Amino acid sequence: MAYVAVKGGERAIDSAHAWMAEKRRGNPEVAELSLDQIEQQLGRAVDRVMGEGSLYDRELAALAIKQAQGDLIEAAFLLRAYRTTLPRFAHSLAVETTNMRIERRISAIFKDLPGGQILGPTYDYTHRLLDFGLTEPSANAPAPTEPPDDASMPRVPDILGAEGLLESVGAPNREPGDLTRQPLTFPADRDVRLQALARGDEGFLLAMGYSTQRGYGGSHPFAGEVRMGTVAVEIEPAELGFAIDIGDIVVSECQMVNQFKGSKTAPPQFTRGYGLVFGFSERKAMSMALVDRAMRAAELGEDVTAPAQNVEFVLYHSDNVEGTGFVEHLKLPHYVDFQSELQNVRRLRDEVERLREAAE
Amino acid sequence: MSVLARASGSRIAALLEECGEIPAFIRIRGPEAGLVMVRGRAGGDGAPFNLGEMSVTRCTVRTDSGLIGHAYVAGRDERQAELAALVDALMQDPERAPLVREKLIDPLAQYQQAERDAVAGKAAATKVQFFAMQTMRT
Repeated sequence: MAYVAVKGGERAIDSAHAWMAEKRRGNPEVAELSLDQIEQQLGRAVDRVMGEGSLYDRELAALAIKQAQGDLIEAAFLLRAYRTTLPRFAHSLAVETTNMRIERRISAIFKDLPGGQILGPTYDYTHRLLDFGLTEPSANAPAPTEPPDDASMPRVPDILGAEGLLESVGAPNREPGDLTRQPLTFPADRDVRLQALARGDEGFLLAMGYSTQRGYGGSHPFAGEVRMGTVAVEIEPAELGFAIDIGDIVVSECQMVNQFKGSKTAPPQFTRGYGLVFGFSERKAMSMALVDRAMRAAELGEDVTAPAQNVEFVLYHSDNVEGTGFVEHLKLPHYVDFQSELQNVRRLRDEVERLREAAE
Repeated sequence: MSVLARASGSRIAALLEECGEIPAFIRIRGPEAGLVMVRGRAGGDGAPFNLGEMSVTRCTVRTDSGLIGHAYVAGRDERQAELAALVDALMQDPERAPLVREKLIDPLAQYQQAERDAVAGKAAATKVQFFAMQTMRT
C-alpha cells in the first residue's frame, strides 16, 4: 500500500472546509445551537460520545457534537484527539457502584429485591409514538416526587453471592492494563477486554450481544440488575498521600447472570457478565455484559465457535475510531497502487489474447 | 474537599466574600487541566479495570502566611480549582476555619444535599409498588 504525495489541492480544501462550516451552521435565520442546549437536551448523544470518546466531560462532548454536525463517531474521534493534548494526573480508586446514588435500578430476576425496582427516567413502557406536542416549545410539569425511603440498594450479585449461587470474581488487585498506554496484545486479559468494550462502538456491541442471544455463542442471560446514577470519583494525589473526592460522574452498570456450570470440584453456580459505561447508556451496558460473558467462553471451558466468543475478532473491531480510520483511508490517493494493478490486468488480458490466437 | 469539588467557581467566589478578609496568595502550580483515568471493577467487586478518562483541573496555592492549599476538581473550571485550593489553605488556619466552614462549606453542603434529595425524591416516585401481587398474597 502506498500513497502519493500530491500538491495542488490547498485552495480546493480551503473552499471545501468553508462550505462545510456554512453547512454546519445551516440557515442563518435559524437560531444557532448552544453547547448548553446540546448538553441539556441531547443528553444521550453526549453520553454516547463521552463513552466512545473515552473522556468524561459533558461540555467538551457537546462541543464535539456541534462541531461534527451530530456525527457521533466523528465527535468521539474529536474527543480522543483532544485527550492526547492533556497530561494525566492520576488514576482513580475503583468507583464503588454499591454506593451509587441511584436514579434507575431494575432487576429482571427478583421482583421484590431489597431497595425495590426504581424505574427512573426511562423510555421503557412508552408506546414509541411520535409526540407531536414536542414540535412546539412547551413547559413541562415537574416530575412527581415522593420522600425517599433510604433503603439500602445491595447489588444483585451480592444477594446471590451470599448464598454461593453465583461465581465469585474476587481477583487479585494487580495494576490493570491500559489501552491508552500499551497497544492491544493477545491473549488479552479481562481488564483490557472490559476497557476496550467500555470505549467500543455501541452498534457493534449491540450486534455482537444480540448474536449471542440468537444462538451464536449463547449463554442464557438474565438481566440480574441494571442500575444508573452518580458515583463519586476519588484519587490519591502523591502530594497529599490520602484519597480525596474530586466530583461525580454518571455511569450505567449491568450485571448479567448467565447459565450455570459445575465441575467435580465446584458445585453448580451461575456465571456472570459485566457492563459499565459512562453516562445513561443502558443499551450499551447490557450489550457489553453479554459480550464480556461470551468472551469468557475459553476461561469457563466452553467451545469457542461464535464471533462474539472470539476475543481477537471482537477487540480488533469494536473501536469505531480505528474502524473509521481504516475504512475511510481508502479515500486517500492510491494512484500508484492502482496504476500497477491496471498494468497487471492489461498484461494478463494480453497474455490470454495471445494464447487464444496461438490456439487458433 | 468533596463539597468544593462539586461547587462552581462563581458560587465559591460569591460565598468567599462573606468569609472576612482573604489573605493574599500566590499560585504555586496551575490552575491546569489534565486527566484522571477512572477505574471500575470487573463485576463491580472484582479486579480493577480502566473505564475511561475524565477531565480534571488542579491547583496549588500558598497564602502570605505560608499555608499551602491543594485542589483537584472534576471538569475544566480553573477558577473553581484555584478558589478550592485557597479554601483548602484557609481551612488549615485554626482562626479562620470556623468562619469559612460556617459561611462557605456548610451552605454549599446544604445546597448540594438539597440537590441530591431532589433527585432521590424523583427516583422514589418511580419505585414500583406491586399492589396487585401483594393483594393476591394476603
